[in-house]
Amino acid sequence: MDAARPTSPEARTDAAGHDDIRKHMGQYYVVFVALLCLTAVTVGVSYLHLTRPIAITVALVIASIKAGLVAAVFMHLISEKKVIFAVLLLTALFFAFLLLLPNLTVFEHHSGMLGT
Amino acid sequence: MSESAIPYMVKPHPVTGIPNGKFGIWLFLASEVMLFGALFSSYVLIRTGAPHWPPEGGLSSEVLNVPLATLNTAVLITSSITMVLAWASCKMGSIPRFRLWMGATIALAFVFLVVKYFEYKHKFDLGHVPGHDNFYAIYFTMTGLHGLHIVGGIIVNGYLWGPGTKLWNTDPEHFTNRVENAGLYWHFVDLVWIFLFPSLYLL
Repeated sequence: MDAARPTSPEARTDAAGHDDIRKHMGQYYVVFVALLCLTAVTVGVSYLHLTRPIAITVALVIASIKAGLVAAVFMHLISEKKVIFAVLLLTALFFAFLLLLPNLTVFEHHSGMLGT
Repeated sequence: MSESAIPYMVKPHPVTGIPNGKFGIWLFLASEVMLFGALFSSYVLIRTGAPHWPPEGGLSSEVLNVPLATLNTAVLITSSITMVLAWASCKMGSIPRFRLWMGATIALAFVFLVVKYFEYKHKFDLGHVPGHDNFYAIYFTMTGLHGLHIVGGIIVNGYLWGPGTKLWNTDPEHFTNRVENAGLYWHFVDLVWIFLFPSLYLL
């Protein structure tokens, strides 16, 4: 895929790099504005005092969109190599495990309480 | 290149397709996800087990300073784009511009810490120290660890802004890669705050 990429530093930094960057610059600004708007939305929504489950869902959905934008555009994940995705997939799995495992004990504890 | 140098810092490694430095920083970020993940998990565990949150009553948004935290969110988001612009300046071959944008990134990081200082000071003045209750223990642990990451970012970015720029004269592409890697870390620190802010202040 990147076999065609020029290998000499000058060629990459000055020619291909230039056009590439200029193309992406607009994207960076759009994401920046989107992140600020989403921050305003998440703060605004918090003043509505929604019920707990809805408030958590809305806040986490907005945070995930923001995180996705940062990762995809600022961290260039959108055009990243497969090996990075392999690392991140593994990380996501372990993260989910880490988050869920201790909290399963709470669930069991509560269902135990219900039984008594 | 001397034999002791780490190979593939500029050219992509034939197996991974990316330079080793970038691969290394992503592996480091994976470990960071687990570090913060453990704290988030503890937070959920403690919070779901508490009869009321914060334990003293009220809402998180009333106990903590939402306007200041919103300001800090905007500050970090802005520092993320200045970081991208610093890297883009290297890509376009302009070191003066790099210095400008990297300088802005570092300045914004200091702004974040100053705002955080006022938040902390206010809490301490009220006697709301980490040992006050679980709410403050979690608040100070998570924002404190995040704050340390901001300090770490200032050190790395400060090095690249100052003495580290020398590398540009001998190996511009290697220097640009360093800036990119520092940027990946910096965006991650922003990303953590994106989750910390609503979890601690708004919910």
